Amino acid sequence: MMPTSEDELSGMIRDASGPISVQGGGTRGVFADGQALSTAGLNGITLYEPGALTLVARAGTPLSEIESSLAAEGQRLAFEPTDMRALLSTSGAPTIGGIVATNASGPRRIQVGACRDHLLGVRFVDGAGNIVKNGGRVMKNVTGYDLVKLLAGAHGTLGVMTEVSLKVLPLPQAVATLSIPDLDAAQAVAAMSAALGSPYDVTGAAWADGAAIVRLEGFSDSVAYRADRLAEELMQFGAVTIGDVDWSAVRDARAFAGLPGDVWRVSIRPSAMPAMVSAIRADGDVQVMADWGGGLLWVLCAAGRDLRTSITSGHATRVRGDASAAIARFHPEPAAVAALSRGLRQRFDPRGILNAGVMG
Amino acid sequence: MQMPQPNASVIALKDQLAARLRSVMPADAVITDIAETRAYECDGLSAYRCPPLLAVLPASTQEVSDILRICHDMGVPVVPRGSGTSLAGGAMPTADSVILGVARLNAVLETDYADRIIRVQTGRTNLSVTGAVEAEGFFYAPDPSSQLACAIAGNIAMNSGGAHCLKYGVTTNNLLGVTMVMMDGTVVEIGGGHLDAPGLDLLGVICGSEGQLGVVTEATLRILHKPEGARPMLIGFDSNAVAGACVSDIIKAGVLPVAIEFMDRPCIVACEAFAKAGYPDCEALLIIEVEGSDAEIDHQLALIGEIAARHNPVEVREARDADQAARIWLGRKSAFGAMGQINDYMCLDGTIPVTELPHVLDRIRQMSAEYGLDVANVFHAGDGNMHPLILYNANLPGDLERCEEFGAAILKLCVEVGGCLTGEHGVGIEKRDLMHVQFNAADLDAQMAVKDVFDPGWLLNPAKVFPLDASESHRAA
Ligand SMILES: Cc1cc2nc3c(=O)[nH]c(=O)nc-3n(C[C@H](O)[C@H](O)[C@H](O)COP(=O)(O)OP(=O)(O)OC[C@H]3O[C@@H](n4cnc5c(N)ncnc54)[C@H](O)[C@@H]3O)c2cc1C
Repeated sequence: MMPTSEDELSGMIRDASGPISVQGGGTRGVFADGQALSTAGLNGITLYEPGALTLVARAGTPLSEIESSLAAEGQRLAFEPTDMRALLSTSGAPTIGGIVATNASGPRRIQVGACRDHLLGVRFVDGAGNIVKNGGRVMKNVTGYDLVKLLAGAHGTLGVMTEVSLKVLPLPQAVATLSIPDLDAAQAVAAMSAALGSPYDVTGAAWADGAAIVRLEGFSDSVAYRADRLAEELMQFGAVTIGDVDWSAVRDARAFAGLPGDVWRVSIRPSAMPAMVSAIRADGDVQVMADWGGGLLWVLCAAGRDLRTSITSGHATRVRGDASAAIARFHPEPAAVAALSRGLRQRFDPRGILNAGVMG
Repeated sequence: MQMPQPNASVIALKDQLAARLRSVMPADAVITDIAETRAYECDGLSAYRCPPLLAVLPASTQEVSDILRICHDMGVPVVPRGSGTSLAGGAMPTADSVILGVARLNAVLETDYADRIIRVQTGRTNLSVTGAVEAEGFFYAPDPSSQLACAIAGNIAMNSGGAHCLKYGVTTNNLLGVTMVMMDGTVVEIGGGHLDAPGLDLLGVICGSEGQLGVVTEATLRILHKPEGARPMLIGFDSNAVAGACVSDIIKAGVLPVAIEFMDRPCIVACEAFAKAGYPDCEALLIIEVEGSDAEIDHQLALIGEIAARHNPVEVREARDADQAARIWLGRKSAFGAMGQINDYMCLDGTIPVTELPHVLDRIRQMSAEYGLDVANVFHAGDGNMHPLILYNANLPGDLERCEEFGAAILKLCVEVGGCLTGEHGVGIEKRDLMHVQFNAADLDAQMAVKDVFDPGWLLNPAKVFPLDASESHRAA
């Protein structure tokens, strides 16, 4: 199925006799059983106002199209959407709908927020075929309940999004990255916390290949000034160099692409990260790297391993692994919370046909 | 304002309810005396009042759970309350409801500067959250003008904003987790010190749900290190349209100030008379604040100055020191007080796309003539969140009604140009019946489905947010 309008989509869902697998670009490894429904026919930027920092696009619009329109005006999606193709060995073109449905957010999460924080409004068709709008295209809006956040990251289980409106931000004039090599997990978290606890507006803090890397962005003079100041403050952790780093590799955990094994994302408090790395290592061979100042751990481990048995706080999502294995993609929720999530799914998709089972 | 008929059989339960509540909490925390419950009869929207059946002031999450379980058992509606500063009637009681005030829940539970979070009980005031971390150089970013009084509980329920949200976002962007008690007494933990949800983003829908999904007793908030410094600039223009165009150009140029505040002539005149801040005599002025080191601030203000110069400003004033900065902010900060001096006023809160500013201000001016009521505009221009203040005379019969009609017309205009009814104050009872303007039946049903799941009996904060005709079938179910 490939609807070209919201009404057509609504009819398809209403008349569906069985499960539907919602597909944007098909790059994020989210596949449900059922008849494929592509958003490719819901395509195009419908409104872009650089002076109001807002962009509205249909859900099937390729990210590349959005990024080039924004770049032409010196703007960008500041939440740095991830590109999972290398890591998951998928092909295709990521769509804005897929990004929003998975709340795909990169290193700048720690400074400007996640995709959900930049999502101003959605239009979607729920599991009964109802066409619903929520939010809008203005930056401040508390009119009614915030279903926008609920749809972001719902992995297509509550509704099929047809249109999203997003807050965009200016591209910076300059970028610089400070690196400190040869740090263990505890030292890296200490260095990243120091950087993030400074007044210098850090827009990325990651730990990869044993190095802590910290990103600054803005006007050239300002970046140079802050880089010098921050380098001084971080010297206590090791030798600091200032240069260029490919942050898209961090964003996409590209170091694990092509390597055998399962890949997990663990979301935790940074201060809990070092002990968690030790615990994960004690239970088996792994490779790890961290983003979000230590609050996001990427783990490459043996295929079939249930990483959750080594985890005592936060939550773990398995982003790559044998789908038929007994290990769920998402961390089980406490009973009372799970009951709320289940209740919402039942209300938005009474027949349980949208991306069934994708979120458990 | 139409409210559902109070339930007489619930009112008849008052003594029995009070006795049961006193069995789970100290006697002085259950307030039944009519002279004392009157303290809770309204919030910041003081035109509407109704004393509650009784009020309770729990001191722990356990007590909140006990209260809700009892009220749930007995079918008694509950209205959660923080500090009662809502401007939308969000915390207004009904005659058959219990006010559950969280003012006694005001402790700081944890601060962690390495993880940059603070966990507080939600009765704590907004400003005192920053107060708890500022010695270490940190602050809590959302800063509603009511921050001295309003509680984190109310901020979460209303998803409150502030002057600096252009850069730092509103409450929802700075909230990482909550402890919430469901209407049946179940305690749920959602989120925490980490940055994303393991499943559906329930935290996202709880924030801004106006006390209708559960009672939030604890919250984990993101704290940030203060910038090295901040300084404002004041720019006067000879028309609203030019000031609006200047805002757009600044944003397009890639400068992202922490605040862009806009005042029109009626507001400037009133503030000047009240605070004598020395504002220029002009049609519109912008106060733009930027942050960073001295050199960074100078650079950004120079850029903004260049952009402004292309719009023939009547005056440009750059603050060189703290004293000059304070003078620039003085008038803006006293705007509401100044208005209160000269008149009764109603404060609106619609948002519009920034690009529509000049058009909307023109229309408001025309409508002001049609309704025969003055209006002053002061608002967060960077994000299009307008606060038109309509002046009326409460002692003049019919004036309040006319003012409300005018207000509704302005909010409809906001929706018409692509904006919304409320940017930060919430719907409450005030904008409840206007929800039909922005949402159709399917849109409202989807929102009410969430309410059905969290509070199937519709006992929490009744008769708010959703038009009564729209919610009737849900409430009856
Ligand atoms: C002078 C003035 C200036 C203001 N400036 C701003 C501003 O700049 N920006 C802005 O956004 N707002 C502003 N406001 C509005 C108001 O201060 C905010 O809405 C504030 O967040 C309300 O907080 P409160 O603690 O007073 O909540 P209340 O007024 O007590 O309640 C507000 C809502 O929260 C619910 N609630 C309270 N406690 C809980 C709880 N524990 N669990 C669940 N729900 C709960 C209530 O039921 C109600 O619906 C202003 C108000 C005034 C009077």
